[in-house]
Amino acid sequence: MPESFTRTSSRVIEIPRANIDTDQLCPARFLKITDKANLADALFFDWRFTPDGKRREPVSFIDEPHNQGRQFLLVGDNFGSGSSREHAPWALRAWGIRAIFSTSFADIFKGNALKNALLPIVVSPERHAALTALFAANPDGEWTVDLDALKVTLPDGSSFDFEIDPFNRTMILAGTDEIGYVQAKLPAIEAWEATHPARVESREGIPAQ
Amino acid sequence: MADRPRTLVEKIWSDHAVSLRDDAVSLSDHVTASDPGAPAILAIDLHLVHEVTSPQAFTGLRARGAKVRKPGQTVATADHSIPTTDPSIPIADELARKQLAQIEENCREFGIPFYGRGSGSRGIVHVIGPELGLTQPGMTIVCGDSHTATHGAFGALAFGIGTSEIEMVLATQTLLQRKPKTFRVQIDGRLQPGVGAKDIILALIAEIGVGGGTGHVFEFTGDAIRALSMEERMTVCNMSIEGGARAGLIAPDETTFAYLKGRKFAPQGVAWDEAVAAWRKLPSDEGATYDRTIVIDGDKLEPMVTYGTNPGMGMPISGRIPAPADVGPAFRDDLERALEYMGLESGKPIAGQKLDVVFIGSCTNGRIEDMRAAASVLRGRHVAPGLRVLIVPGSQQVKREAEVEGLDLVFKAAGAEWRESGCSMCIAMNGDQLEPGQYGISTSNRNFQGRQGKGGRSFLASPLTAAASAVTGVVTDPRTLTDVAVGFLFAEQTSAVEAH
Repeated sequence: MPESFTRTSSRVIEIPRANIDTDQLCPARFLKITDKANLADALFFDWRFTPDGKRREPVSFIDEPHNQGRQFLLVGDNFGSGSSREHAPWALRAWGIRAIFSTSFADIFKGNALKNALLPIVVSPERHAALTALFAANPDGEWTVDLDALKVTLPDGSSFDFEIDPFNRTMILAGTDEIGYVQAKLPAIEAWEATHPARVESREGIPAQ
Repeated sequence: MADRPRTLVEKIWSDHAVSLRDDAVSLSDHVTASDPGAPAILAIDLHLVHEVTSPQAFTGLRARGAKVRKPGQTVATADHSIPTTDPSIPIADELARKQLAQIEENCREFGIPFYGRGSGSRGIVHVIGPELGLTQPGMTIVCGDSHTATHGAFGALAFGIGTSEIEMVLATQTLLQRKPKTFRVQIDGRLQPGVGAKDIILALIAEIGVGGGTGHVFEFTGDAIRALSMEERMTVCNMSIEGGARAGLIAPDETTFAYLKGRKFAPQGVAWDEAVAAWRKLPSDEGATYDRTIVIDGDKLEPMVTYGTNPGMGMPISGRIPAPADVGPAFRDDLERALEYMGLESGKPIAGQKLDVVFIGSCTNGRIEDMRAAASVLRGRHVAPGLRVLIVPGSQQVKREAEVEGLDLVFKAAGAEWRESGCSMCIAMNGDQLEPGQYGISTSNRNFQGRQGKGGRSFLASPLTAAASAVTGVVTDPRTLTDVAVGFLFAEQTSAVEAH
């Protein structure tokens, strides 16, 4: 069942890289699981460990001691590009990330994140530059993300508004299950289907295996 | 209203939106907050399922006590984690074995047709959908895989979804969706010999960048697109996601209908005639408008190859590796890191870079025409000493066709490995992988760090370029091979297209 998100305060991890793809977030060899267990360990795995399994020196972003427990990421353009694997937002959530600030997110990742109450917060390039400067000046300051008010409050007391798809916002605030929501519309869907017959029947002509 | 010119995407959208207006569905049943606009409920015609992204969706389905609502509009196969070794050899990787057993069990329990290991119809999900005739114009098609865009080659709205959405489609045969923006990609002119579909899409992504199509759906148009075979069109649409677009479509035409006619799940008899009549109405209307448009001159395209760590870092094969100082500040850091990872030197020609492995296959370039292209180069030649060359058909049907044509013998005689079908080294989940530091040229779709194996370094290119490089052991422009070979190749490709 989905989790809700209303308001969270946290310090920030900056990863100043663009085009962070889902193969970096969760390498494919960790996709052989049939559940969601232990995905926090897979997050950014190949950035954190050498191919022969040694922890890299210096340690990668999320392994830095002062970054433990931080729940927000500040990253470069086009975060989450590549594969549709929902393991990427699962791994981020499992590690403890609740919101990500970027100028843009890949479409499939963004949809997957929203289904896991992980907030993709899109900011303008100018705002991103300002946030980067603010982070550099105060890397241990707490930011507050308020989904109800659609407002981010920064450690200097300033704040700015952000947008999240209004439907997703409502669902996340209430922790509502989207599938249950659609299942309640099944009479309308069935009525539509009565005049729109299926275009293919995959079960016909398939030899028994 | 009826006269407003519409795009292909708009037509498919309005044919499938259970509620047409974004805000037509009241939220009041489930959501008590003020009533924000809900997305459309989009009916899904075909749901393709594979072993890697589906298990948690079936677990969710069980937890809510739900059934698969339309098992007859669902098809499953095993492609990602499946070994490409002989099916009589037991699967050594315990996790892969468990995952493959899991999808079989899930399909049995929920009544979904499943093409598993040993089935003659098994293959990469985006290869078998079209070859079985399941993929048809005007459909909505989804799969828990970002390369679902492949099916857009038939004029279907096809896109990748996450596991939560897989569960949604299993439970309801619909998705909650916002209408995407449209991005027209017009490829004019005629491709030069040695240049193909893969080069078109790599050139587009190099031009617009990996996020260039975000929020949009591509529609590929223009003479160079019209001249492509169905399989080549699939190659183009397949990598739409690499340009940031969830889907990429090509309007159906006679090439599409000729490919589909007589395939197992295609309409037959009167139903076929009716379907074709409906499909003819799908192409975008004259005067339809797009949110964005780009025009590329197909005459000027060269064989393309990537040099970096995302598919947007591509260049003409005759070019030199770019220098961080020559690019904008936004791209400079990315490029520096990519060149460091790749171990490449700015200013040097990309052609001539040393290789350890060649991979020919994947949902991008694992179809029979790709096998023929590779064979046309490798026939009578031998792969370079010390080079590992894997040729992996996209499906068991492609494998059989290739073997009927004797292509397997060409590959084996050349010193290449000829394997069972699957995703293989494209995603490196099944044991087929680059070793740390190795260089591979690959006909697949992603050159992300570690994508083809921890620490592996990938060059993406066409089957012709990959095969030419297999012969020399270095990144090689296929046009530099003898004219005889290239001329032969094009005669063969043309006759293959005409034979359809």
